[in-house]
Amino acid sequence: MKLKQLEGILGSLQQFENPKIELEQYPTGPHIASRLLYTAENSFGDVSDKVVADFGCGCGTLGLAAGLLGAEHVIGFDIDAESIEIASSNAEELEIDMDFVQCDIRNLRLSDRTIDTVVMNPPFGTRKKGADMDFLSVALKVASQAVYSLHKTTTRDHIKRTALREYNASSAEVLCELRFDVPQLYKFHKKKEVDVAVDLWRFVPKNSR
Amino acid sequence: MRLLTHNMLSSNIKGVTNGFPLRIEVEKMVEKEVELNMDFLKNMFAKVEWRALVEASRSMGYSELPDEADSSMLDSDEFLRKFHHALLELHLEEGALVCPETGRKFPVNKGIPNMLLHEDEV
Repeated sequence: MKLKQLEGILGSLQQFENPKIELEQYPTGPHIASRLLYTAENSFGDVSDKVVADFGCGCGTLGLAAGLLGAEHVIGFDIDAESIEIASSNAEELEIDMDFVQCDIRNLRLSDRTIDTVVMNPPFGTRKKGADMDFLSVALKVASQAVYSLHKTTTRDHIKRTALREYNASSAEVLCELRFDVPQLYKFHKKKEVDVAVDLWRFVPKNSR
Repeated sequence: MRLLTHNMLSSNIKGVTNGFPLRIEVEKMVEKEVELNMDFLKNMFAKVEWRALVEASRSMGYSELPDEADSSMLDSDEFLRKFHHALLELHLEEGALVCPETGRKFPVNKGIPNMLLHEDEV
């Protein structure tokens, strides 16, 4: 599948109807989502025929993109039942078989290394400090191959240091810097659209296979 | 929810030391056919907890998997078909996952297990 095609399909997905501010529910735009998964597949072979988990899947954009690129088994994890419902109807629409688990990522207990690749657009932790780091810590515990994640560019040094020193990562690389358009979803957004600089990261856990 | 997902989930209640595997209570299950991917199955065989998969598939009414399995069996097409069917084609649609230690039930609705904990379980 071509990148443009993937982006087009993702652009047709249903998004949050009533985004929840405390969960920092911003939709993952089709531009960013398609590039994340396309790179994971075409540069690193981390998607097709793999078990892929989407942490904080929201409306399922990243997980479904993995499914479209040939992941064998995709699981979306989210704390919010409404999001999972939208994600599940998106999956049905695309005829992608995707599993979902409602849970709090921070208390998730998964067997080690059955999941090959974790993809995620974690809450950036602007409302709840450190939320993105909690996600990253769990992701690096369960993934056997790679973790792809988006984090604010302003936190780059902190993320690299923490991933390598504390979270079991053997490498942590920024693949590219993207602009994350956060449309005006919430009242506290003063400008119509806020552009946030975001890094697309690839982390490799230690003892990866 | 496929049994592959079940095979990686544990009870995450505070204080529980042996939360795996979760017992399955079935109210409704469905079968969805998917293409068999031999390389994927061979790779997964090394990772899945076999006993848990056997028990899970039995509670879903599928009792074709042998109690014990080793990698030499992956040469048999018949074995691969059964493994494939149990791992990827059986879906728990309605029912519950039950913590083996405490008996706490995690409900499964529309194929989605709710693993959220109550405040006193975290």
